[in-house]
Amino acid sequence: MRIECPQCGARDVREFTYLGAAVLADRPDADATTEAWQDYVHLRDNPAGPHDELWHHAMGCSAWLRVRRNTLTHEILTVTMAQEDRT
Amino acid sequence: MGYSGFKVFWEGLRGNTGWKPVWRDPAPKPHYDVIIIGGGGHGLTTAYYLAKNHGITNVAVLERGYLGGGNVGRNTTIVRANYLLPGNSEFYSHSLKLWEGMEQELNYNTMMSQRGVLNLAHSDGQMDAFARRGNQMLIQGDDAELLDADGVRAHAPFLNFKSQRFPIRGGLLHRRGGTARHDAVAWGYARGADRMGVDLIQNCEVTGFRIENGKVRGVETSRGYIGAGKVGMAVAGRTGQVAAMAGLRLPIESHVLQAFVSEGLKPIIPGVVTFGMGHFYISQSDKGGLVFGGDLDFYNSYAARGNLPMLEHVMEAGMAMVPMIGNARMLRGWGGIMDMSMDGSPIIDRTPIDGLFLNGGWCYGGFKATPGSGWCFAHLLATGEYHKAATRFRLNRFETGHVLDEEGTGARPNKH
Repeated sequence: MRIECPQCGARDVREFTYLGAAVLADRPDADATTEAWQDYVHLRDNPAGPHDELWHHAMGCSAWLRVRRNTLTHEILTVTMAQEDRT
Repeated sequence: MGYSGFKVFWEGLRGNTGWKPVWRDPAPKPHYDVIIIGGGGHGLTTAYYLAKNHGITNVAVLERGYLGGGNVGRNTTIVRANYLLPGNSEFYSHSLKLWEGMEQELNYNTMMSQRGVLNLAHSDGQMDAFARRGNQMLIQGDDAELLDADGVRAHAPFLNFKSQRFPIRGGLLHRRGGTARHDAVAWGYARGADRMGVDLIQNCEVTGFRIENGKVRGVETSRGYIGAGKVGMAVAGRTGQVAAMAGLRLPIESHVLQAFVSEGLKPIIPGVVTFGMGHFYISQSDKGGLVFGGDLDFYNSYAARGNLPMLEHVMEAGMAMVPMIGNARMLRGWGGIMDMSMDGSPIIDRTPIDGLFLNGGWCYGGFKATPGSGWCFAHLLATGEYHKAATRFRLNRFETGHVLDEEGTGARPNKH
């Protein structure tokens, strides 16, 4: 797998560290309900197909990336900066 | 048709013309007391023990492909009961006892071979951790021996005892652990279940659930609607997807785990050896191939194949600890899909939908659990009570904080 980092270009997957589903970027407020936190920490859609996820370009520019990737084929569909994506 | 040495001899004399199909190929009936989704190891053992232990024989096992064609036919065949935490410990202990009696129980040669599982330790801290784990195994009534470096050398002299980075300090040897013939386990239980009247229905994909007023009534399949009193899911890496058809979101992610096999060699590896610090484990099959693997690829996947970086990592770790394998040629590798749970431990429980039960989240440890999983899932399906060896595999344990996080890595499925 190669991931097209918006800052560095296409790089080998060895340069990146996987965190998990992109929902991890949408952290509930500290006083949110237990259900909201349970949902955030533990429950996942786990799709077979396009999946939004967070990758860290640890061995490159150190950016956090939001990657849309097909879990059936490992095809990388889109890559954006995780920070930009949030604003 | 019972199997025996005499039967094999007799068939040999008459050109093996007397063997018959081992199970029927029935069409689905309109309604069953219990439907099990998934004709793999766990689904087949569940059906077997529903019939055997509870007398429930109006049971169908629905399999999308062919029996035993999923993870039960694609794993590295290791059987062990060396867990630390209460909850896991009693369960795997129960399962190992079932392994020990399996061949007599099934009249089927599953080639269960208790050749030992050795975990290597490389530091004082790891030796202390293994001493603690070994004591827990002894308390559970299983076996454990803490070996020093000489003990490891006597057991596995081919290891790299000169490693500077990972010097071998000792290891934890679990002699009752070992390997089994994975396909035969599926076939043996399938034959046993079929003989008691269970319908094993292949090429029958579940495409949806019929749920009325919060109760499951049956399943839609590629071979039509089939009604059921109760439905149990035992679909390994597809747990998230099948459950989603019932509107459930689970504490599970699907990940890919790779494994590799070398050409056939004379016996050189005495049991299972794990080099956990390097993410490597190895054993040798009865056919002679070295069977080895490492960690997950770390990202969500349903692709049933991995990527090169983990393959290289496994080979490097193998060369670091078992240098002689460099003389063998690797024949093949493959990737299996694991339903990795948020704490690394399985789920055997009801779901919020009445009559729908879940058996999943086995991570990469489902094979050794096969008989115990079926035993305890059948108990839950038949009696509505949790079996005493599986009281803590609850679906709501993440919410209540009663997680079984054997590795202590938190809610990160790829870290377990």
